[in-house]
Amino acid sequence: MNNYYSLIKIVVSIFFAMCLRIVPLPPELAVFNPDWVLLVLIYWSLAVPERVGIFHAWSFGLLTDVLTGRLFGQYALAYSLVIFLCLKFHKRLRQFPLLQQELFIFFCLLLSQLLLFLIKNLQHPAQLHGIFWLPVLTGTLAWPLVFTLLRFVRLTRRWSRRIKA
Amino acid sequence: MAVIASLALLIAEQRSQQLDFLRAALSFVIEPVKHLVDLPTVLIEQASESISAYSTLKQENEHLRQDQLIHQTQLLKFEALEKENIRLRALLENSFKLGEQVLIAELLSVNMAPYEHIVVVNKGTRFGVHPQQPVLDANGVVGQVFRALPLSSEIMLITDPNHAIPVQVNRNGLLTIAVGSGQINRLNLPFLPSNADIRPGDLLITSGLGGTFPQGYPVAVVDEFTSQLNKPFANISATPKAKLDRNRELMIVWSNSTPVPLITKSPNLPQTEGFPQTQVGLDELPPVNKKPLANITATPKAKLDRNRELLIMRNPPVTSPKPSISPTEEAGVE
Repeated sequence: MNNYYSLIKIVVSIFFAMCLRIVPLPPELAVFNPDWVLLVLIYWSLAVPERVGIFHAWSFGLLTDVLTGRLFGQYALAYSLVIFLCLKFHKRLRQFPLLQQELFIFFCLLLSQLLLFLIKNLQHPAQLHGIFWLPVLTGTLAWPLVFTLLRFVRLTRRWSRRIKA
Repeated sequence: MAVIASLALLIAEQRSQQLDFLRAALSFVIEPVKHLVDLPTVLIEQASESISAYSTLKQENEHLRQDQLIHQTQLLKFEALEKENIRLRALLENSFKLGEQVLIAELLSVNMAPYEHIVVVNKGTRFGVHPQQPVLDANGVVGQVFRALPLSSEIMLITDPNHAIPVQVNRNGLLTIAVGSGQINRLNLPFLPSNADIRPGDLLITSGLGGTFPQGYPVAVVDEFTSQLNKPFANISATPKAKLDRNRELMIVWSNSTPVPLITKSPNLPQTEGFPQTQVGLDELPPVNKKPLANITATPKAKLDRNRELLIMRNPPVTSPKPSISPTEEAGVE
């Protein structure tokens, strides 16, 4: 029962992240929109590494590919590599202060964005604008928000159980 | 393992179309996300519709009815013109492309990716939509279907940097290509020489070359022409006619590519030049009707007894090539 419950939480939170991903914004703001799906995936892989693995990252990456109309496997590749790193370092990362965590998140997002750019460049040579890296920056800034929000979501179950008991 | 799998997918999709079914299957999972994101816009629209005052609605209704009247009157003429066009083309031994069929699709307000002008509409392969179909709105060409999923489809706007559309200057038939600029209100015409006969204000229409877009739909209006002295091509930009960022309803077009057969070659139609009918004598007519004139009645198309609004046509100015709406005036029946 608990398993199902937390799985539902994970899926619902990623669902909302996907909504945020394609939310209609004016074009000036749209370039700032960070990769919410990856942030949420990173959080869950750090918080419950036994539940969210590379396979989840890969399949949600595929869904993001379909969602944003990209070439198949682009986000799947980026997400699974980033989540692999997160799983490898999750024990150390939990001990880090927030600032150091932010640094790690920054490099995770940078890695994913780099991979996306490389794949795009393989299809046809693309120009690199400065604004292409903006989502990495805003994503790093959004991490404390995602962290506290999802932590709250993850812990509410314990509270309700405590109330019942 | 995941890396290998995704690399395999990447290569497979780039080389072939075989993964379309997978994308279609996954799109069913994704569909609720799109509709959830679209929900606030729909709700706001409905709310504003339901609380708008009775008088405004009545006014709008009145306006729409007047528009409808004017447009229908124009259509009456259009039908005759189309027939005439087919006849004239037949004389020129030219084939004629039949009219198009359209499907109205509603935009989902989602933002797929920045830098790309791709929008999502709520009609997909379930309605027979397929890639490369042209998409129009009331004012002009919007774009083409880029990818069709079962329940929705992605449409690339003409202003996308990866999009190009073959156009023609309406004034003199000059052919060129309009390329998207990445800005929502601008198209570039990069392939015209500096001495090209093109002026600000010229209307660009689809030329029908390339076979994707049907011929003759307005695309854009030229608004800037600067010739570069030491370069072979001029710097020309145009504004799209369609309201790319403000429309919620689009039309997906099926252009019927089977040409109409030439009229003069079909044997059962009466020929006006050859005078074969004049040899028919009077005695060959049915015996009851011995009068020289046949008795034929016709019902007037106009609803003479039921209309309260009529259009009085003023003679259009001779110089203007096409009839405009402005010289008509409305009159009420007392």
